[in-house]
Amino acid sequence: MSLVNLTATELARKLAGREVSAVEVANAHLEAIATKNADYGAFLHVCKAEALEMAAIAQAKIDEGTAGPLTGVPIALKDNISTLGIPTTCASRILEGYIPPYDATIVKKIKDSGMVLLGKTNLDEFAMGTSTENSAFFPSRNPVDITRSPGGSSGGSAAAVAGNLSPLALGSDTGGSIRQPAALCGIVGFKPTYGRCSRYGLIAFASSLDQIGPLTRNVEDAAVLSSLLTGPDVNENTSIPMDPISIANLKSGSLRGVKVGLPKQFFGDSMDAGVLAAVNASIGKLQAEGVEFVELDLPSIQYGVTTYYIIAPAEASSNLGRFDGIRYGPQIEAKLGHIEMVERTRGQLFGHEVKARIMIGTYALSAGYYDAFYVKAIQVRDLMRLEFASAFESVDFVLGPTSPIPAFKLGELSGDPMALKLLDFCTIPANLLGAPAISIPCGLTNGLPVGLHLQADVGQDDKLLQFAYSVESVLG
Amino acid sequence: MLRTRFAQPVLESLEMSISIDEVRHVARLARLELEEVELLALQGELNVLLGHFADVQAIDASGLEALRQACSVQSVWSEDMAAPCLSRAEAIKNAQVSKAGLFVVPTILEG
Repeated sequence: MSLVNLTATELARKLAGREVSAVEVANAHLEAIATKNADYGAFLHVCKAEALEMAAIAQAKIDEGTAGPLTGVPIALKDNISTLGIPTTCASRILEGYIPPYDATIVKKIKDSGMVLLGKTNLDEFAMGTSTENSAFFPSRNPVDITRSPGGSSGGSAAAVAGNLSPLALGSDTGGSIRQPAALCGIVGFKPTYGRCSRYGLIAFASSLDQIGPLTRNVEDAAVLSSLLTGPDVNENTSIPMDPISIANLKSGSLRGVKVGLPKQFFGDSMDAGVLAAVNASIGKLQAEGVEFVELDLPSIQYGVTTYYIIAPAEASSNLGRFDGIRYGPQIEAKLGHIEMVERTRGQLFGHEVKARIMIGTYALSAGYYDAFYVKAIQVRDLMRLEFASAFESVDFVLGPTSPIPAFKLGELSGDPMALKLLDFCTIPANLLGAPAISIPCGLTNGLPVGLHLQADVGQDDKLLQFAYSVESVLG
Repeated sequence: MLRTRFAQPVLESLEMSISIDEVRHVARLARLELEEVELLALQGELNVLLGHFADVQAIDASGLEALRQACSVQSVWSEDMAAPCLSRAEAIKNAQVSKAGLFVVPTILEG
């Protein structure tokens, strides 16, 4: 019996039924990592000793009858989530050797739930990128075809789940960083409503956009994991006062009468024909089940990527100001004066993309440009909010492709920063709006996975997951 | 009505390019020491993005709110009560240089 290609809920059932022990499950995954991580570049750090210790604790909970829904199930965490005593690098040289003195709130919840932490996964440095090629250490590779990128920035988490190294992973999503790699690797990626999942302990990139969420093999796993990790957190002042996500109504219901909007901007010429064919075929199947589709025109979507590339770097330029070589991470030439030391440390230890975004953000916030760029961008965000609010008066969900193209060859787009940025075209609106959105597999083009992107109105996470669950069962 | 906001032409008079001296100035503001070759590369990348920023600048934003957070939830305040926090030793343990429980920074004031 192979333990590494089961879904998390299947594994949990086997654990609860004593068909297998939590230590056996952990060992099977640690062996898979030892065999395949060199091919996939999924993990930056594997915490074998801690995993086996957590597995023993999980088994004790199972034996005592105090197990939760995912007790004993392994999980991988993106390496921008703080873990007490376990290195956390953000895939950056500037945090090499950093060992957090505290757990992120979600790490505490993972431990309380009895899940087993396998290790920390690769990412684009500070989550800035769409290919995981911006990792300062090594790129991640797509398990579907290891000459291709798994997408990014949560590419290590996506590769871990798709490559059978972990049944569950967490990523962070600032402009599509959970959903786009999920699409490219053929798995599920869910970004909850902004504020539903605590970000306390997530090393900040763009605070008004960042959200933690799951990458899983099916919608049920995403929903169950989200139900354990969401809910208000007193340690986070952007946490919203909503109950944890509920899985009570997660079942395949009738889709008759569900209204879904198709923004024409998501179906334009810049989308790969094979991707559109897979998405349109899915629309056809859903129509046959009674889903009603309505074409929408949401012009602000066209400006989403540009708006994002003002807001996100502006926030990043402030957030990354804390990396000064003094409080954590290496320090270059301490004998220099203070400012020179800080400038040299940051200049040498940040990678190019991070420096580019800090520069863009600093420029957009500098005297004389603040109103022209930053304030204008957040006004366009309001415009997008108004357009989507109007759309959601007549539709339940908005649908499109997750990524305009399927997985691309490593290095294929690295000379074209704008092309890489445009990969988030369909996912960015959900971040700008704070809305929940999910990518689920919807077929292949030339053997490569295509993701179907579903977005709901802010706070409608439960409804979105229920719909995605039904859609998944229709699409097979 | 919303659509009309996009009908306006891009303002051609807008100066949307950044000089190498401005790039150097921004790098200084951002506390980044950059090699000349990197400054030039960043100048190119910034100018490409600025070209796109012009499209956003041309949008009529009258009456729109400056939306700093997407969800309209106010900051959540916690009770003003003492609670456990990191010890001094835990807080400084990742510092490259520390002394007597303090972070050591390079000299800022001389004399």
